[in-house]
Order: sequence, then C-alpha cells, then structure tokens
Amino acid sequence: MHDRMTHLQRLEAEAIHIMREVVAEAENPVMLYSIGKDSSVMLHIAMKAFHPAKPPFPIMHIDTMWKFSEMIDFREKMANDLGLDLIVHINPEGKEMGMNPFIHGSSMHTDMMKTQGLKQALDAHGFDVAFGGARRDEEKSRAKERIFSFRNESHHWDPKRQRPELWNLYNSRKNQGESIRVFPLSNWTELDIWQYIHLEKIPIVPLYLAKPRPVVERDGVLILVDDDRLPMEEGEEPMMKTVRFRTLGCYPLTGAVESEADTLPQIIQEMLLTTTSERQGRVIDFDSTASMEKKKQEGYF
Amino acid sequence: MAHVSDLIATDIESYLAAHEQKELLRFITCGSVDDGKSTLIGRMLYESHMLFDDHLAALEADSKKVGTQDGEIDFALLVDGLAAEREQGITIDVAYRFFSTEKRKYIVADTPGHEEYTRNMATGASTADVAIILVDASQGVLTQTRRHSFIVSMVGVKRIILAVNKLDLVDYSEDVFNKIVSDYHNFADEALQLDEITAIPISALKGDNIVGPSENTPWYNGQSIIEYLESVEVSSSAQSRPFRMPVQWVNRPSREFRGFTGLIGSGIVSPGDRIRVLPSGTESVVERIVTWEGDLEMAGAGRSITLTLSDEIDISRGDIITAADNPCSSADQFQSRILWMDESAMMPGRQYLFKSSTQTTSMTLGQLKHRIDVNTLEELPAKVLDMNEIGVCNISLSSRIAFDPYDEDPTMGGFIIVDRITNNTVGMGLIDFELRRADNIHWQSMDVTKKSRAEQKSQKPRLVWFTGLSGSGKSSIANILEKKLQAMGRHTISLDGDNVRHGLNRDLGFTKADRVENIRRIGETSKLMVEAGLICITSFISPFESERLMVRNLVDSDEFVEVFVDTPLEVCEQRDVKGLYAKARAGELPNFTGISSPYESPNNPEIRIDTTQISAEQAADQIIDYLSKA
Repeated sequence: MHDRMTHLQRLEAEAIHIMREVVAEAENPVMLYSIGKDSSVMLHIAMKAFHPAKPPFPIMHIDTMWKFSEMIDFREKMANDLGLDLIVHINPEGKEMGMNPFIHGSSMHTDMMKTQGLKQALDAHGFDVAFGGARRDEEKSRAKERIFSFRNESHHWDPKRQRPELWNLYNSRKNQGESIRVFPLSNWTELDIWQYIHLEKIPIVPLYLAKPRPVVERDGVLILVDDDRLPMEEGEEPMMKTVRFRTLGCYPLTGAVESEADTLPQIIQEMLLTTTSERQGRVIDFDSTASMEKKKQEGYF
Repeated sequence: MAHVSDLIATDIESYLAAHEQKELLRFITCGSVDDGKSTLIGRMLYESHMLFDDHLAALEADSKKVGTQDGEIDFALLVDGLAAEREQGITIDVAYRFFSTEKRKYIVADTPGHEEYTRNMATGASTADVAIILVDASQGVLTQTRRHSFIVSMVGVKRIILAVNKLDLVDYSEDVFNKIVSDYHNFADEALQLDEITAIPISALKGDNIVGPSENTPWYNGQSIIEYLESVEVSSSAQSRPFRMPVQWVNRPSREFRGFTGLIGSGIVSPGDRIRVLPSGTESVVERIVTWEGDLEMAGAGRSITLTLSDEIDISRGDIITAADNPCSSADQFQSRILWMDESAMMPGRQYLFKSSTQTTSMTLGQLKHRIDVNTLEELPAKVLDMNEIGVCNISLSSRIAFDPYDEDPTMGGFIIVDRITNNTVGMGLIDFELRRADNIHWQSMDVTKKSRAEQKSQKPRLVWFTGLSGSGKSSIANILEKKLQAMGRHTISLDGDNVRHGLNRDLGFTKADRVENIRRIGETSKLMVEAGLICITSFISPFESERLMVRNLVDSDEFVEVFVDTPLEVCEQRDVKGLYAKARAGELPNFTGISSPYESPNNPEIRIDTTQISAEQAADQIIDYLSKA
C-alpha cells in the first residue's frame, strides 16, 4: 500500500502543519490578508487545516484607502461567506492627512500606510504571530528567510540572526517584545499558487482576469481609473483596454497588463509564456538594488 | 519564461493535467567555495528554463559588472541572495531555490561550504531526500568533501550524487574521474551509512551532463544530473515504516467532535486500525480520517490529517499516535549525537529545552563522551562543544517522551535544543538509544556548587540590595522588579521588613546595636540565598555605610548590586505613606532615620535611582538592564 502524493498535496500538507503549529503554540495569532491570490490560497488552506472548526484566529487587512474597489468588495464577501472575524486597519495619521500617493509619492505612501499601518495594528491588538503569504521564489532576499521569521520590538528583521530551522521543528519561543511572521507558503512558486487555485476552484478577485477596463498610461505603466481620485492630465481621457493584473495592491501603484486571458488556464498559460517576473508590476521594487531586503529590515512584511 | 514545451502554447489544459501529477523532491547541494556550487544551481535553473527575461537581463548586466567569468554569464550571481554576501562574494546562509522538470518539482537547499557553517549544511540536509556533493576535478577529494559527506550522512541522507565538476579543466579525462570516484568510495564505503552513491562527471560552467549526455564524455554512459533527479525513488521509505503521528492540536468545535490533528511522520493509517497512544500507552481504534474534502480511506506519511477515535481517551499536544502492533518506546534518558549551533558553547550540566516532534520538555546535557572531528572523523575527548562541533553525550529529560532511534525514524528521533534565556535554537540532536537504568547518567560525578545551582536555573546569582530612606520607594520598586524577573523565568526571593522582622529577627528592637545585628542576620541569610543560586532582593533602610560594606563582603564582588533609592527627605516626608515621619517629628519615634538618626548616602552604588525623575516601573527596568549586562 502506498499513498502517492503530488507536489501540491505535499505543499498543502506542509502549510497545514505550519498553521497548526502556530495555533498550538502562539498566544494571539492573526492572519494577514492582502486579498491577493497568495492570501486567497493561504485562507483556503486555513479553512482546511482546522476543519470542521473555523480557523481559530482573525484575519486582518491593512487598508491603505487606495486599494482597488473590487478588492474591498471581495474582502467583505469572503469574510462574510466564510464566517470569519475580519479586522480592517487604516493608519489614522495617514487618513487624517489625506494620504495620497499622487501628492506624497509612492514610497511615503507605502511606508506610512503599509509598513507603519501594519506595525500599529499588530501592536494595538497585541498579536504575537502574524501569518503572511510571502513566498521564497518572489525575490532573492526572501529565498533565505525562515518560515518562522522573527521581528524585534520595532518589527525589524535581522537576516544575520535567523534561527536554524531543522526538519519540520519550529522554535516559536519569543524574547520580550519580539513577534513572529510565519510564512506557510514559503516553498510555493507562482505557478504552484495558480495551479492550486485552478485545482481547488478558489475564488479570486476578478481583477486577475482580463476584461475591458478604463486605463491611462503613465510612464509606460497602465493605471486603472478606479475612482475619481486619479488626477487627469490636461486633455487626458481614459482609454478602454482589455487588461488584467498580475499582482494587486494600491491601484495608483499597480500596473495593468494588456491581456486576453479571462480564464485560469489562460492566465497560467500567459504566465508560463510571458517574459517578465511577477514583481515587475509593482512600482515599489524598482527604487534601488536589494530594495526588498532593506524594506524588510525596516519592517515591511 | 524563455521557453517551455510547446504543450503550454497549444494545449494548456493537458499541460496542467500533467503538471498536477508531478512529485516533489528535495535535495541539498554541498561544496566548498570554489567547487562551483552556485554555478551548478544557476545552471539547473537556466536549463530548466525557470528564468524570466528580466532576471536574465539583470543577470547579464550583473555578470559584466561583478561577474567572475570575463563578461560571460556568471550563473553563481543568480543564487547569491542577500546584499551583504553579494559584496563578500560568499553564501552565508541556507537559501531555498525552486525549479521543475517534466516529472518533478524540486526544492534545492543551497548551503555554504565554509567550515564555520556546518550548521547550515545540517539544516539544509535535515529536509533533503538526496545530496549532491561537488568535487572540483582539478582538486580531487578534499577534507571538506569528507566533512560535507559525513554531515549529510549523519543527518540521514541516504543517497548521494558525487558530482565531479570542472571536468573541462582536466580535458574531460576519464582517468581523473575514475581516480576521484575510487578515492571517494575508499572513504565513504567504510565511514558512512549510505544506500547509494552515484558519480557523475560534469561541467556546470559548460553544461556537460547536466540535462542530457555530453559529447565531451563519450566514455560515460550513466545518467545526467537531471535524469537522476527525475528518476530516483525516495517517497515510499517513510510510508513503509510503522505508523507514527505526533498530535499537534486537538480540534473540538463542538461536544460531538473531538479530532486529533497532525502530520503523519511515518507509515500509513486507515479507519479500523488499532492504535496506541504514547507515552500513556492507552489503546483505541481509528474511527475516521477527517479532511475538508471528506473522509479518507487511508493516509500515508506526509499528509496533514485529523483522526477521530472510537473511544474517548485523553490525548493532547505532544502525544504520539502509533500503530498498536508496532508502537515506539518511551524513555527519559538517551544517548544522542549533538551538533552545536550557537556561539556560546554547549555546557554539560546546563538545562535547556528539548523539542522533538510536538513534544517539549526540559533537558539536562550530561558530560560529553567524545567529540567527532568532522575532518578526520576521529573521536576526541572534549569538555564542551563549540559552534559547529559534533559530539556524543547522554541527555536526561524532565519527563518521558515517545521516540524511535533517529536512524530508524528521523521524525521520532530528531530534536532541537533551545536556550532558555536567549530562546535561540542552539543545537540539533539525534537520539541513538535509550539508556537502561544501569547506564543512567552519573550526576553525582559533578560537585553541586553555587555555580551548578545557578546554572540549573540558567541565571547568575545576585544580591540586589536596596537602600534609602523610609518612604523612598524601595519596596515598590523591589516588588515590580521581582515580578518582572519572575516573568522572565528567573528564580528570586525577597527579604523585607515583613518577612524578617516577624520571624528571624523577632527578638530585635531599634537600638543601634539591634539595628546592626538586624542587618548582619539579613546579610547572612541573603548569602545563603545567593549560594542557592537565587536572585535575592532585599529592601531595608540600611543607613550605615559600614554595615552595607559588611554585607557586600559576604558575597562575590560581581554578585552584589547596591541600589540607592535616592529620594530627598522632604519628598519622603511629604509622601509619609505610613505616617511615620509625622510621629517622628512629634518625638514619638526615637532613632528615626533622617529625623533623629543619620542616613549615610552610598558613595558608589551600582545603581542610583532618582525617584523624582523616573517611575518605579522605569526604575525596575533600569535594574533589569544592569543585571542583564553586568
């Protein structure tokens, strides 16, 4: 007798094991939910890990006020359909000052609304462990990050002081003031994520699928006209183009790609045949070499 | 991606159907700095077409800028991740890479070859099915080749690819290859417990025998690296062992449902199977294998499942569900191999935390039997283990755990060692066998001293001596301090007026002679507490410099911490919590410090606290800072 397992089944079993370890050992865990495809996979696996119970932790979205409106609708629907406890946090300082990436710039927007907003929310709720959907294949500095990744009191990551991770034994003991980010999807690739979504029929935000949408072109990047806050230049008119998004974030900072792929197999096909990697769509990674590593050290997820 | 098979373009559904069936293989690559390890991994990523165009463009640009291949593509740059190490030109940590071929998806643990990073190699090997050991054809089998092989074999990797690299530098010579292979067998056949050694002649730089056969080695008829990785059989061995599932978490959403969740470590389970729970030994029968998709008819090692049993028996996290007809044993004393991973050395006699599968307990390490020199494999005498050293010693746990020897079942015999103070993972251990009572660790061979008592508590004994006027805030700060220390897992005792005046010093009054005797007795008692390894906190006015000096001399100089709570008399008098100052002013209390008897302020206290500037809470933190630094 032999129970043959495919690579996706193994990855799923590993992620379930990690989630259960956290629930067994953490005092107050939370799942960070970004509404993107990786978060959707993570949430789906959480539903499996604790079945027939619900996941015994809340999910939390760090809202920046500039997410695609379809993401917000999707977030509310998912929390409702699955019966989950959803926390939404917006950095109150940013809200008060009317944070606007067009005025304040993308790096200040990202730092304040995402990085600082996340720190605030974790501190305010006293969460000691936060699940995140990051993968090791996304970026070079992530290739070396542990599944249980420790942050000091200021939520900083120190790549030189990582604990060895042996077998599937995770040391979840924290020092005073430390918190842990746990990445159950560490060993998944972008292809694994899409394949799993396809196989398991996991709901995703429709923005991933191609459809005629109003866009403007800025510095060669197609930006969706998601609401009337997008400042139009003189004589500029939104164009209708058939586009989709390979990654989701703040709409002014996320470029659309022209595509006809409106089914999951077509998305996967396009991904396999395409020639640029996933993070290219995100504006924040461009600023300097090794920029993700720097952001992580400063507390970005 | 640069290119993939035409199937993707023409029939994505068939491609997906095939891709879904892929298996997972994890392997580790080991080699020294110059063996070309990063180049090999970079080459495999390149050959499996897992590089995006922007990655490739960045690689070409980087190769020109910092590459070592005269502007040719430097594959090593693909895999050297963090900025710091890119500058140093070395790999400092374990990195994980992913690629896939027609039949399998691979997770590669890329580990550095320097001696000081033995621990990283062990980490990478702990999850690997196969190890690729790289040898530079122009150098032959070196000390580090043996070291790497020993480490991966110790951690349980049974299949090794001996990749003889840089064959282009020796004109693709068959003789050179054969000599290296035979040298390696001479070493490995005797020293290591391997199931299989597969030697492959390659050039990672030129791409020989990486994907398919190379024209440069017509004399070699074996598999290429990728062909081997696609066909090596690995998955069934864990499922052929007896059933073991460590219980992670008990799932109780309602009174009707009670499921035991876990990742099956070994074997296969089906409803109706009789199981035994360890360490308790209770037996029951598997009722259901519950998953989100529905109940399973059977589940094997590698699956995360939820089991329900036909009897209501008490099971919690840390228990192991095993096959009743082939259960594991349980014990609390073992001989084990240990690889030390922390900068502060492993100290026999010290207490650490032990974690194996889902079982956590405290552990004392016995004296080392010997250390193993990873270069010569010689057994050497040793008192301590430094970072990256491997030794054999007995361990004693505070409670019984279920186990199998590591070589029989890595899930059940591998453990990590966690430092109780820093919380770091400081070592990895492999259980060899349980100790019979007759072999029990002879703890009496170690003298019980102040040091050993303190080590058992993982702390440095101290006498924290508060001094200051009545009402200065000594007791409030001392109280907070003790609570904080306790929360940090420290062992403490407090001596103050309440617990001393009514007992030990009941016979003493408030004359000068009595006050001196009072402090002398408190000093001697504190000394005994420090001997016991405790952090002793005293709060007495202790107004005279001479008696404070007397107490200071009772303990070691670095153990005495004088804390001067420096609150001005007027402030104390203003506060006058107990109404004592009013009474003293009225002449009702003779010899009252500050009013009718002097207070001699300490000249050089270890810590001075100005309560007009900081809160009691902050004062306690200031003291904790001092204690953790000094």
